[in-house]
Amino acid sequence: MRWHLRLALALLAMFSAWSAAAADLDYGLQPVKVAADTYVFQGANEDFSFDNGGNIVNTGFIVTEVGVVVIDSGPSRLYGEQMRAAITKVTDLPVIRVFITHMHPDHFLGNQAYDDVPILALAGTIDGIRSQANAFTDNMYRLAGSWMRGTEAVRPDEAIDEGELSFGSRRLQVIAGGGHTPDDLMLLDHATGVLFAGDLVFHDRAPTTPHAELDIWLRSLRRIQALPVEVLVPGHGPVTRDLHPVMQTRGYLDWLEQTLNTAARSGVDMAELLYTPLPGEFDALSVMPAEFHRSVSHLYPQRERRELPRVSN
Amino acid sequence: MKIFSSIAIRAPLLAAALLSATGGVAGEAPPADPLRSVQWENMYGLYLAGRPVVFDNRVLVLAPQAAENSLEVPVLVDAGALGRVEKILVIADLNPLPKVLEFYPRESRARIGFRVKLQQSTPIRAAVLTADDKVWHVGGVWVDAAGGGCTAPSVGSGGADWVARLGQVHGRLWDRGAEQSRLRFDVIHPMDTGLASGIPVFHVENIEIRDQDQLLAEIRPFEPVSENPVFTLDLPGRGAVQIRGRDNNGNRFRASVPPPAAAGKAASGAAR
Repeated sequence: MRWHLRLALALLAMFSAWSAAAADLDYGLQPVKVAADTYVFQGANEDFSFDNGGNIVNTGFIVTEVGVVVIDSGPSRLYGEQMRAAITKVTDLPVIRVFITHMHPDHFLGNQAYDDVPILALAGTIDGIRSQANAFTDNMYRLAGSWMRGTEAVRPDEAIDEGELSFGSRRLQVIAGGGHTPDDLMLLDHATGVLFAGDLVFHDRAPTTPHAELDIWLRSLRRIQALPVEVLVPGHGPVTRDLHPVMQTRGYLDWLEQTLNTAARSGVDMAELLYTPLPGEFDALSVMPAEFHRSVSHLYPQRERRELPRVSN
Repeated sequence: MKIFSSIAIRAPLLAAALLSATGGVAGEAPPADPLRSVQWENMYGLYLAGRPVVFDNRVLVLAPQAAENSLEVPVLVDAGALGRVEKILVIADLNPLPKVLEFYPRESRARIGFRVKLQQSTPIRAAVLTADDKVWHVGGVWVDAAGGGCTAPSVGSGGADWVARLGQVHGRLWDRGAEQSRLRFDVIHPMDTGLASGIPVFHVENIEIRDQDQLLAEIRPFEPVSENPVFTLDLPGRGAVQIRGRDNNGNRFRASVPPPAAAGKAASGAAR
């Protein structure tokens, strides 16, 4: 009996130590109002780390008269839970929809916190999450450590197409872009002119390219320039009231495409390309030159092989 | 991964045991490793002992600090500053199979670009044996890698057409002026390490580059070289070259790369 009591006390002590450690992991999410009824949780403009717990991403929500529409659920279960708790401090209305902009783990691994809400995404995003979820989750555990505890990839339930959706009197335009990943969803709120651009737009941070098709991406960016945007919420980096981040992302991707193609055409080895001096105009972007190096790995092999004709029989 | 790490530990231990049983190599201690790798002494014992060894920053090893894709980590070794070079040995200390490739520059510059599969973070070293005084000049860098590169099966051989494409060569020469040209080529080959369950070792083991008169360079790749390996070499002359190679199963391949001027035309018209 006494032995059992001691064991129970020991277990209790272990458990409270564990929950105290878990309680230390606070993303400190503060919703920032960027337009009427529209809030953004802005992440650090850096790479994943044990310090930031993967909070390098912008998520957001719109409070409509019939409930809350959430855009992206963040990098972990914990993030999703803390985000949802932060939303309840702004409104009593329930969350009624979650939109996932694309398949990358920092944008959807908080889905567990919204398991009672329909989670919507473009079809290519759902396919990508289906085939690569485990690899994504493993990688996030490696990069963000214990912040990821209990996180499992949850696929969005429902595929949606481009088009307009109404939530009460609020009209939200779903825009199907692509190029950062096979399918990149954007959400334009006609009432406020807020565009949630997902990772088609980066701001003051080098764009990431693990699933990129640069020409399609550039086409999506040109499309944004024709939209009636008042407030631009990029996937990473500060919110703006102009299209500067679109121009910045275009400038970088144009340069990247040209640099890779020129190198491939002139016979530059991949390792040599990593050591190419970078133009100063990208000094303002964070996570450089690391992102350029990653992009060389993602995008150079296909380009250099294009320049090598078959020479065997 | 588990099986792997036990092999990685055991093989060098075995080698060390053999060395000590035979009295070691002239009783010489290896020079202190600037990269502070736990496997340096074993690498020394396995591959370098018997000749003087110096760390030499004229041996350039270009590689990314962190491997974005552990299956295809780009590496370029340049020992052109050392004068005449007999051979370059590339090793990745902490890979389960540390020996990456041997390169015999012969008539070409002592510089080679290639890609490697890495199982974990490891030093990548080039040991360069100079032709005249037979000294190993060693340079290297650490590459951070998340791993999985050596135990993963080849990607391409999962497809249906890989047997038909086995041994295909794609390549091109670029005029580099001053009677020099750059050769880049790939060979379609799975480069299986034998470490993925049920898939035997299957890799290209020899490639010779010749012009009309002579052998210009020779590459001996080992298991860690990436699937469908791509190589970069700098050759003397501006003429066509022949590529001949074989794998460890005796499959042979050969190709003729047209001279630089014609290569541009071939590139635009070629279908892969």
